[in-house]
Amino acid sequence: MTSRLANPGLYLRRRLTNGLFILLSLAAALFGLVWLALILYALLKEGVSAMGPHIFSLPTPPPMMEGGLYNAILGSVIMSALAVAVGAPIGLFAGTWLAEYGRHHRLAFIVRFVNDILLSAPSIVIGLFIYEVMVARMGHFSALAGAASLAVIVIPVVTRTTENMLLLVPGGLREAASALGAPRSFVITAVTWKAARAGIVTGVLLAVARISGETAPLLFTALNNQFTTADLNSPMASLPAVIFQYAMSPYDDWHALAWAGALLITAAVLALSILARLLERKQRR
Amino acid sequence: MFVAHGRVNSPHPLMGPRLTNISLTGQTADFAAHDRRLLAARRAGAGDLRFRLLALGAAVTVMLVFAGVIAALLVGALPAFRAFGLSFVTTDAWSPTQETFGALASVYGTLVTSAIAMLIAVPVGIGIAIFLTELCPRPLRRPIAMAIELLAAIPSIIYGIWGLFVFAPWFQAHVQQPIIEATDGIAVIGSLLGGAPYGIGVFTASVILSIMILPFICAVTRDVFETVPHVLKEAAYGLGCTTWEVMWRVALPFARTGVVGGAMLALGRALGETMAVTFVIGNAHNIDVSLFSPGTTISATIANEFTEATGALYSSSLIALGLVLFVITFIVLAGAQLMLRAMERRAGR
Repeated sequence: MTSRLANPGLYLRRRLTNGLFILLSLAAALFGLVWLALILYALLKEGVSAMGPHIFSLPTPPPMMEGGLYNAILGSVIMSALAVAVGAPIGLFAGTWLAEYGRHHRLAFIVRFVNDILLSAPSIVIGLFIYEVMVARMGHFSALAGAASLAVIVIPVVTRTTENMLLLVPGGLREAASALGAPRSFVITAVTWKAARAGIVTGVLLAVARISGETAPLLFTALNNQFTTADLNSPMASLPAVIFQYAMSPYDDWHALAWAGALLITAAVLALSILARLLERKQRR
Repeated sequence: MFVAHGRVNSPHPLMGPRLTNISLTGQTADFAAHDRRLLAARRAGAGDLRFRLLALGAAVTVMLVFAGVIAALLVGALPAFRAFGLSFVTTDAWSPTQETFGALASVYGTLVTSAIAMLIAVPVGIGIAIFLTELCPRPLRRPIAMAIELLAAIPSIIYGIWGLFVFAPWFQAHVQQPIIEATDGIAVIGSLLGGAPYGIGVFTASVILSIMILPFICAVTRDVFETVPHVLKEAAYGLGCTTWEVMWRVALPFARTGVVGGAMLALGRALGETMAVTFVIGNAHNIDVSLFSPGTTISATIANEFTEATGALYSSSLIALGLVLFVITFIVLAGAQLMLRAMERRAGR
């Protein structure tokens, strides 16, 4: 039987190329998924065996002694809360200005550009910045400086998501409110913010997820502290800093604590990211 | 005429009364209410301006932070540049005891690890994006995309601890050892992949980096693939193109700017990545031909040495390293933004 195709060889070659390419892209997807699975598996295996009530009740121990991660968890929570309390309002207002007031303003292009650079800038550089402005001036490491460096990371995240989410709010809503005589600030606070609430919360959640694993900027701002403290003017322990110190140490029980901390952080961050994504989907609908 | 009786029940003083309080009372104008609204208008005007200035202030704060970062780095780096001049970035002698500092080994490590990470992550990332947009069964699309994005959410310190305790030992025993034995004696490859199998080193750091930046490339590529007009793809399929030909010859050229922008965004991340690299690169200030040998990157050097740096010149040199890193990432990220903006404008049209 003769083929109806003018050039059966060419046809075969094209189909083979196509098949190979489909296999390769399938392999690429598997490649990505396998890493995620491997990392989560290792975290669960090592982290769960090191987990226990002592993790939450005892402070970090000297080598070869019993202890937990209480002071590190406390430090992480205090500094993250402070950073969000300072950074989120600034980001919210900056994003609001970009979306509501300066949408086509020349300044807005610069702010957007700068904000996106800050969003991806190396976090260790942020740490150096806060070290120069706060630690070197005050003469000592402090939880305040740690929170400040985290706040600098929060601001661009919240700014970007707030702007994006406010832009999703239909202009008709704003016009209707303005037509009723509401001043601009009232339109924004009572109408657009309300309409974009889920999206704005998404931004804050993403920011919390981002800073709860940040290590590099904390290394030379909040440093670390073996003891439990709530004094904002003294060095403070944080989960990532403790993980770094303990993982690099030669002691097995410190390694176990590092794994437990890693499991805690990952669980928190993944829960926050999934929640943020669900909220964002709700906003976009 | 509408006149409000009693307390004006309105969401805002300027917005007039709620309908429940309105009655038709004929001609009697309520002058008191009129005055109240004038007063409210004046007050609201002031409040409005305050709110606007508050928002503007926050936007300006973002710029001030950016300017502050640059200023602080410049001031901090000044002593080092004054002492070494340009040779700071062209020499590789890093000796705290002799107070001579050259950034070349760190810069080399940063560039090499990022380059290898990109070599791995760009094709794989684009492959995943193609898989997700064209080949994946619809119900699986969202879960797989979410799983890939979760790779970006995992903090870098987790990659670090996993790389140090799980990946590096496995890599040392099952990949490095056989490769070193197999390539021993071959001219270029032998020295590129030679040396002792430490497990940790430049190549290990690159692999970990590539996993970390994979989701960025994948996400941006997926976004720009969605901007490719369906008619373009349908026309190509209609001509009898295979999936590969549609993606390679139609979709990818259309989305090129966006894909390159996404890749540069990922490169910016890779260049500045700190913790994951610090764990697995070995922290040795040397420039070795072998990719399996320990090295260091700018960020790893800073993370490891900054708190222990004694002496003003040592600290200043580390801050100067930070400045070099910031300048490199700024150029890459600015380029990425320009390309992505151009892509957005085209998609918007």
